[in-house]
Amino acid sequence: MNWKFGDNINTDLITPGRYNITTDPKELAKACFIEYRPEFRQQVQPGDFVVAGHNFGCGSSRETAAVALKHSHLRAVIAKSFARIFFRNAINLGLLCVIADTDSIEESDRLELNIQAQVLRNATRDRTIPIEIPGMMLRLHQEGGIINFLKKNGLSALADLEKF
Amino acid sequence: MTQTLAEKIFSNHCGRAVSAGDFILADLDLVMAHDTTCAWALEPFYQIAERVFDAKKIFIPFDHAFPSPSVAMSKLQSQIRKFADEQGIPVVYDGVCHQIMSERLINPGNLILGADSHSPTGGGLGALTIGVGSTDAAIAMATGKSWFRVPQTIRVTVSGDLPRGCYSKDVVLAVAREMGPDGANYRVIEYGGPTVEGFNVPARLTLTNMSAEMGAKAAVVAPDDQTRAYLEENDRLVDFEPLRSDPGASFERELRFDVSDLKPMIACPPDIDNDVPVEQVESEKVSVDQVFIGSCTNCRIEDLEVVHRMWMGKRVKEGLRAIVTPASRRVYLQALQRGYVEEFVNFGAVVSSPGCGPCLGRSGGVLYDNEVCVSTSNRNFEGRMGSPTAKIFLASPATAAASALTGIITDPRRFVA
Repeated sequence: MNWKFGDNINTDLITPGRYNITTDPKELAKACFIEYRPEFRQQVQPGDFVVAGHNFGCGSSRETAAVALKHSHLRAVIAKSFARIFFRNAINLGLLCVIADTDSIEESDRLELNIQAQVLRNATRDRTIPIEIPGMMLRLHQEGGIINFLKKNGLSALADLEKF
Repeated sequence: MTQTLAEKIFSNHCGRAVSAGDFILADLDLVMAHDTTCAWALEPFYQIAERVFDAKKIFIPFDHAFPSPSVAMSKLQSQIRKFADEQGIPVVYDGVCHQIMSERLINPGNLILGADSHSPTGGGLGALTIGVGSTDAAIAMATGKSWFRVPQTIRVTVSGDLPRGCYSKDVVLAVAREMGPDGANYRVIEYGGPTVEGFNVPARLTLTNMSAEMGAKAAVVAPDDQTRAYLEENDRLVDFEPLRSDPGASFERELRFDVSDLKPMIACPPDIDNDVPVEQVESEKVSVDQVFIGSCTNCRIEDLEVVHRMWMGKRVKEGLRAIVTPASRRVYLQALQRGYVEEFVNFGAVVSSPGCGPCLGRSGGVLYDNEVCVSTSNRNFEGRMGSPTAKIFLASPATAAASALTGIITDPRRFVA
């Protein structure tokens, strides 16, 4: 399913400060949207999407927000726009974030995302939604995050990021 | 080639002249990670390195929850302490990271990475101080470098004399109302104009700090004689090169504010751009449970001076909790020497140890359901300071102090000479 949210979903709503005190990703996933959308952590299924409006992930730099979403095993977060630090954290972790106009997507719609072709299809409504996945986001998602990429290619590979 | 101030600083840290849109790998002057974000940097760090690139260029303060309020937090702090010991980095317990860095470490023209969203604060000294998450901090601690897309600059020009009862916090709330919570996403905000030139560095740090709430990658004020005076006050005799945007430099846009008729402003929950004059809220007689004077936004000695003048010889409104958290050990000592702490205690306030305090709802003044807090901090999100139904109003120290006197949200102008 698609977990639909509005604009300016901040990182305090994703992982509130009072739950943000562990380095165990599974524990963080259990805290994801714990107060704002309490059923999320129990009902989220692998392959689900989070679908939101503008400025998703604004506020605190806490990487725990992106970690909690990643370990909720979403297919992707789709939003009209993302806050800078959250997007950077997502790139680093390999959490796929897709930029698209999300207005027409309902929670029960079946979405098909093809990242190679950069196509998002709403199968329920039989329509294609234009999307943007920046090159670095796509490549580091495929690499399993920037740490895996640097382990494989060495720290000097930082200079290669531009080419993505 | 004309350049913005931000483009000049990026150019100086990557060895070539760059402009907005360029991708660069830049050398960093300092990397900061604190008692929460550093914990998440450890595992990625040890996956790619054994030693930090330069222990002298890494700053680890414990401020978000210090002294530790829980076993879980103590565990994180213990893990960070072990890392710091192994790497020969001192852990600093002297207050809020951005305040300590401003007092001791940030020089005009620096490029600094901080694993904290309010990192733009340090731009009040004419540096680029950029917020990131823990993995970026880990890579920076290993390599001394970080990648950036050189950002566009939004110029904010402020003119006019501030009316009585208004401060730089009121100015920046007026800017936030205009800019919105993502109006500066990926951009640098450069503050200038006669009003900003007249602000001392502590007042400028409030402008740059709040820029994070508008999504800014960094915020900056061109360094000048005010900057020099601040460095000297903090026992730092530093020479710096003149640094400002070239005449004709390309700004993405320019916003102009005349603050001659500004009124004290307040950001109503739960959004930063929900700003109205305090007098408007005062007429609604909003009862206040807690007043928090603290955080990286507004708890420098200049802020405490304003509060002290208003509270001297008076008592806190019965039933209201007033919490004062000096931003740093230095500010705390100044407040002690000037007799403010004794006055605040006699007033009925709690004066807590320097740090982030209740701003992030982890300790030292966590709010219960439906409670109302007037805070000098920077974030009025749902659940930020505790219960998701608590209401956080953001304002200047004067407005917070006035509200502690009356028990309702109060325009400070009748208490300010």
